[in-house]
Amino acid sequence: MDLNLSYLFESLYLIKPEIVISIALVLVVTVDLFFSKDTPIKKKNLLAYISLAGTVAAAYFVIEQFGITAFAFAVSGSKGMMVVDAFGAFFKLLILLSTFLVIYFSIRSREITEGSDRLGEYYTLLLGMVLGMMFLVSSSDLILIYVSLELVSLSSYVLAGFTKHSLRNSEASLKYVIYGGVSSGIMLFGISILYGLTGSTNLYEINSLIQPASINNLALLLSGLMIFTGIGFKISAAPFHFWTPDVYEGSPLPFTAFLSVASKAAGFALLIRFIKITFIQSVDTIGNWHLLTLIDWQTFLIVLSILTMTLGNFAALWQSNMKRLLAYSSIAHAGYILLGLVVMTNQGLIAMLIYFAIYALMNLGAFFVVILIENRIQSEELDDYKGLGYTSPVLAASLAIFMISLIGLPPTAGFIAKLYIFIALIDVDMVMAAFIALLNTVVSLYYYIKVLKNIYLVRPETEPPAIAVTPFNLVILVVLLIPVLLFGVYFTPLVNFATNSITLLGF
Amino acid sequence: MEHFPILSFITFFPIVGMIIVLFLPKTRTTLIKGLTVFVTGIQVVAAAVILSLYDYTLGGINDPSTFQFIEKFRWIEIEGFAWLGTIKIDYFLGIDGLSVPMLLLTAIVTFIAAISSWSIDKSVKGYFAMFLLLDTGMMGVFVALDFFLFYVFWELMLLPMYFLIGIWGGPRREYAAIKFFLYTLLGSIFILLVMIGLYFSAQETLADGTKVFTFNILALMDTANYSEIGILSPLNPANLRFIAYLALFIGFAIKIPMFPFHTWLPDAHVEAPTAISVILAGILLKMGTYGILRFSYPIFPDITHQLIWYIALFGMINIIYGALCAMAQKDFKKLIAYSSVSHMGFVMLGMASLNSIGIAGAILQMFNHGTITAMLFLLVGVIYDRAHIRDLDAFGGLANQMPVFTGFTTVAFFAAIGLPGLSAFISEAFVFVGAFGYEPIRALAIISTLGILLGAGYMLWTLQRVFLGSLKEKWNTLPDLTFREYAMLIPLTLIIIFLGVYPSAMLDLMNSSVNQIVRFMDDAKILYGSLGIF
Repeated sequence: MDLNLSYLFESLYLIKPEIVISIALVLVVTVDLFFSKDTPIKKKNLLAYISLAGTVAAAYFVIEQFGITAFAFAVSGSKGMMVVDAFGAFFKLLILLSTFLVIYFSIRSREITEGSDRLGEYYTLLLGMVLGMMFLVSSSDLILIYVSLELVSLSSYVLAGFTKHSLRNSEASLKYVIYGGVSSGIMLFGISILYGLTGSTNLYEINSLIQPASINNLALLLSGLMIFTGIGFKISAAPFHFWTPDVYEGSPLPFTAFLSVASKAAGFALLIRFIKITFIQSVDTIGNWHLLTLIDWQTFLIVLSILTMTLGNFAALWQSNMKRLLAYSSIAHAGYILLGLVVMTNQGLIAMLIYFAIYALMNLGAFFVVILIENRIQSEELDDYKGLGYTSPVLAASLAIFMISLIGLPPTAGFIAKLYIFIALIDVDMVMAAFIALLNTVVSLYYYIKVLKNIYLVRPETEPPAIAVTPFNLVILVVLLIPVLLFGVYFTPLVNFATNSITLLGF
Repeated sequence: MEHFPILSFITFFPIVGMIIVLFLPKTRTTLIKGLTVFVTGIQVVAAAVILSLYDYTLGGINDPSTFQFIEKFRWIEIEGFAWLGTIKIDYFLGIDGLSVPMLLLTAIVTFIAAISSWSIDKSVKGYFAMFLLLDTGMMGVFVALDFFLFYVFWELMLLPMYFLIGIWGGPRREYAAIKFFLYTLLGSIFILLVMIGLYFSAQETLADGTKVFTFNILALMDTANYSEIGILSPLNPANLRFIAYLALFIGFAIKIPMFPFHTWLPDAHVEAPTAISVILAGILLKMGTYGILRFSYPIFPDITHQLIWYIALFGMINIIYGALCAMAQKDFKKLIAYSSVSHMGFVMLGMASLNSIGIAGAILQMFNHGTITAMLFLLVGVIYDRAHIRDLDAFGGLANQMPVFTGFTTVAFFAAIGLPGLSAFISEAFVFVGAFGYEPIRALAIISTLGILLGAGYMLWTLQRVFLGSLKEKWNTLPDLTFREYAMLIPLTLIIIFLGVYPSAMLDLMNSSVNQIVRFMDDAKILYGSLGIF
């Protein structure tokens, strides 16, 4: 191995955001050592502030990276382990944004602060997860993919069980470990088959090696599906979604929010990169992808996405717990987003990015309101939400707007997200898929509106307590509400941003 | 854009009102109510101004140069890559003889509904905020000329309506509200699919000569704008226009509501508070037929010609079925709700005649039905406020106890039956003359006349059960109309009588546009025939 030292330094410049996160992680660990068990929570929040600063600094460097397209850590004669491109930067930014908000949520969350003697672990693991996700969205090598996926997974297993006190919580953690372990094992198996077939772990090299089509088709199909299992687990696509409701329900709320947005974002970024780099033949001038015909990804994904959204939506109909409801809703949304990949065009990719940005905002917003309500009434049961619209008008109205956006009704951003997916579908004449997705939207109306029904339509005998919103919380709430409403009527900036972010290195 | 943007004003003024309402303390209920009445009153004034400036000679429909009060801005402009070109969505408002009657109707009925809402005493602030939001959505639907914009307004109405029925409604309000929401959203997704399909089928040529995909409905009406590869293009041999037409039609039919999509209506009407029933019957139902005339007819004239018999058939079914259902009702409000189903059938029958007189009759019937049903629901509200029941058999002999109320009710009932001298007579007569004049649907028109008979039957029977006979003991304390009720009922009565004796006031208004749409449909038949589509 002849690693060129100056090249190594060049590569290090390309991972500035990741380095910043690592530094923040080390700082959190170190500072935590100075706290004793009895240090008041106010002081311990310093750890959160360090993490916040870390994400902001990392986001700055990510923004700086927009426009750069390069390989990093290439061993001579081969392509790099990692790529830096606008596509990766988009997802990194999304991950960092949600991390920032989730850290803020954690400061405010009763569930997290009550375990204050272990706050150091919490933020360390959270940052570890972020680091893993940031590598995941930009890795172009199966080894790096697997390692960063494991970094994400292992951190999240622990975080899912962070509160420890409740049975539900331990169950969540255990379930997560078992499902996660199995799926990552299958994925590793798939990776090894792919390596055996091609002799390379680099996606770009694998792509050029399977071009001649002298590969054993069945083995390739098998390895592709096995790798998909690992990714499908992360994005909770059916039939790999079974862990989702239980883990979401059992985990502390801020972490559930994090799982439903950041972890999913990383999974989707990986899926797109894996399919588009490994199996692509060419992209024509109007943006249609021509994949190698070895695996019929399109049929596979269309079945999967429809299955995912239908299962998610129908299961959500029967939920009476807000966390479980949002869990199934996030499964359904994963189905809609997958449709953007199904069309295999750049147009579809833009739609996915738009959807993801909007989904992150509205989902985090919904979770934030749920956290604030949970802090006060210590319940996420829908029955306990009855009458909240009259005692806590601000929170209730915000939740209503997020729910409407999740349904996808204009004039909220959720409508634009769906619209772009449908435009992409109809552009390639997949009217039936669009129709099924739209029918799903009607189904989803029922359970989202159930939340509004409980908040506004039902007046319970005992009024729920009024939940005060502190100025800081109000600011965060408004910061989330403004784009959700604004992008619904004026979405030019968002679409432009997404359009500029679809540059994947290579194609 | 030299003139004052009066259409934007009339559409968005309620939103301004809503924002003010949201910032008022919730204890200032009188102020909130007064403000709402003021805002809707200003809308009536604005509508009157529009009417006074409106040029009766211009046709509109498919001709951008003859639309009036046009406001057109670039709203969304996204420079795309090669595969999509540029996305351009216009903020495009304008009115013609089809929308002006609806705009007037919306302004008047909303104003009266606002007065009628004065008796609301539960969560006043929320009610009026939702009411004003609904108002904006309704106005927007009737003035938007861009499909995307239209869709946004169309969907904007759903949520306030859900809350208005669901929070302030009757005992089964939750069920009725969700049923309304699910039904109409189901309709909306059909419209959305067609909207996107049309977007990819036609390209508008801009002033600088570039071609872009468009949501502009006027551009979508021009066959020259369609390319051969467009999914809904008439030139595309494997086109899906037929299916798209059905989808769009169902989307609008749910709103009308056309049999068999009507089942949400009785529930929604019975549970909704009086003012919302008034709006629902007076304005929302018209959106279905308006949508068909504004979108389905001119964008898909070929399929319209193919399916015209079925439109008339469903019109007939609505007329007969609605009347029979109405006859079987014991609940006063449900009876009115089913009579709406029946009367909207006349609109469909008139539309299907494809001649000037029939279509003019249909539009006039939309206006007249809006005012008459609004009045009927107000009258039911009056009796319900006092007696707290709506069971028809529980009353009797009210004519002596409440003579003025009885007088107004009789006028409204006779108008609904279609008695000469009152407005609905003219529109129903026009509808039948039109339908008789169009050979293919003549038989259906003949059967439909039965509906008039049935209508007279259930209306008179109701009149008899409620107002004639001997007064029951427990009702002899019911007071007659209050000042506020006079204020709501007198204007509507005047309109009904005025349009009964001088229908030209409304007919002249829509005449040019009606002729334009008929000419357009006739030309389209020849044009599409020459393209080999027929």
